[in-house]
Amino acid sequence: MQNRALRIISGLGGVVAVLAVTPSIGFAQEYTPTTQDVLNNIWVFLAGVLVFFMQAGFALVEAGLTRAKNVVNIFAKNIADAIVGVLAFFAVGFAFAYGGDGNDIIGWGGFFLSGGDAFGIAEEGALSLSTDFFFQSVFAATAVTIASGAMAERTKFSSYLMFSVVMCAVIYPIVVHWTWGGGLIAQLDFGTEEEPVVFSDFAGSGIVHMTGGIAALMGAFFVGPRIGKYSEDGKTRAIPGHSIPFAMLGVFILWLGWFGFNPGSELLADFEVPRIALNTMLAAVSGGAATTAVIWAKTGKPDIAFIGNGVLAGLVAITAGCGAFNYAMSAVVGAIGGVIVVFAVLFFDKIKIDDPVGAISVHGVVGAWGTLAIGIFARYDDAFLGRENAGLIYGGGMAQLALQATMILIIGVFVAVATGLLFAGIKAINGLRVSEEEEIEGLDVLEHGLQGYAPDTVSSH
Amino acid sequence: MKLITAVIKPFKLDDVKDALKEAGITGITVSEVRGFGRQGGHTETYRGAEYKIDFVPKVSIEVVVDDGVVDAALDAIKTGAATGKIGDGKIWVSDVDRIVRIRTGEEGIDAI
Repeated sequence: MQNRALRIISGLGGVVAVLAVTPSIGFAQEYTPTTQDVLNNIWVFLAGVLVFFMQAGFALVEAGLTRAKNVVNIFAKNIADAIVGVLAFFAVGFAFAYGGDGNDIIGWGGFFLSGGDAFGIAEEGALSLSTDFFFQSVFAATAVTIASGAMAERTKFSSYLMFSVVMCAVIYPIVVHWTWGGGLIAQLDFGTEEEPVVFSDFAGSGIVHMTGGIAALMGAFFVGPRIGKYSEDGKTRAIPGHSIPFAMLGVFILWLGWFGFNPGSELLADFEVPRIALNTMLAAVSGGAATTAVIWAKTGKPDIAFIGNGVLAGLVAITAGCGAFNYAMSAVVGAIGGVIVVFAVLFFDKIKIDDPVGAISVHGVVGAWGTLAIGIFARYDDAFLGRENAGLIYGGGMAQLALQATMILIIGVFVAVATGLLFAGIKAINGLRVSEEEEIEGLDVLEHGLQGYAPDTVSSH
Repeated sequence: MKLITAVIKPFKLDDVKDALKEAGITGITVSEVRGFGRQGGHTETYRGAEYKIDFVPKVSIEVVVDDGVVDAALDAIKTGAATGKIGDGKIWVSDVDRIVRIRTGEEGIDAI
């Protein structure tokens, strides 16, 4: 195996590798991929595979932190997000995000990945169209599935599907177009002609996680709290999840997936990749440590469900700045995320927004924090910033912080209004919530005709 | 014939089973049950909210024995299940009218 790997790297054997990635259909005749091109594509593809597997993590976290009577519904929603997410992004989402014939508001062209060079990306190259689409589409599936957890245990399956389609086809792609796609946020410049100050969100604390988190907030708000979550005297009642092992396995899978999410967003195979991966790891463990300390001090118990949220909060926090921060500041940003998430979860309980998994806090609130943190802690040029020492503590001034805050505001308002209208519309047309009877019985049997943990009644004959 | 029902701490099940076997008992039926007695419940915390577990998990065992074996079986369960702490459980004994072994159709003591 080692021999083969060495041969591929050493030019000569590279030809073998090139043949392996060359499709039989015709392409630009003169293009001969370099070994670097091949490495780029294979790495970003593998990173996309890791991100895709985060769907399993989301499903397990959500299923573990909810009751056994709804486990079929939860897995159904999550597999639907993968199916709908990729299909919708393939059909129109990618075109709305990156299509070259659009304007600052929305991209256009290249629907169903047709139309040749609508995206200005070659079919083969440093990063091929297929690699880029694969990687971007699993991000879209991530953005939509965040809301699932916040709406768990009481949302109609058909209504959830409607949300999922519109989120992946239109709302998320528009946010991507405004930022990574070069649209209106990407064109904001708070600097001078010589020293432009432009937005940065390397892997999507704001673009992916905050977007998903705000959709989750609107979803949880419009669908209302689960029966029994808030008692008549205003107290919050615990509705314990049915499988802490599920939930924690889900956290570990998401954690693993993040090593595709952030380092893959480099979109190249280079030495930034391991640095970004280490920043990601440091933020995750710092987030987990900070949450453990806060919740232990607050309630007297190291609450495991919270610690899982803390690790995820660290990961969400570092997603924007994983290319721009140094190691120590990555740990600091992750730890602050881990503190924020505890108070955010308790806050949303207080205002009676019932979020069984803490998705609004982890992705929405901490996503905003991660986006903002660029303005404070950015040390290196992450290829978005275009300058070093952009952060406040490195003397970068207020401009970057102001721009990051503006970006949060624009995305936040847009996603809140768009998903708010969407949920209100679905509620009017189809209803958002299952019947009281169905909620008490569990969604599995009445919505899907199947128990998650049916007794084994198969006869031996 | 008597039916002995005992509600015990789940982790003492193996000790009770061993003690009953030693006393010559050939079969027991076990169920996972929940309930409360003088022990009451306990509090747990979940995502920052405390909640009370009113029904504590216990194991219930059922043994059908001949009248002459009742005292030995009771002793076996008592010894096996005791920790001396609150929540060790209870044993009660009731009459059994008939027993049938499904495979052979044997009845009464032969079916035990």
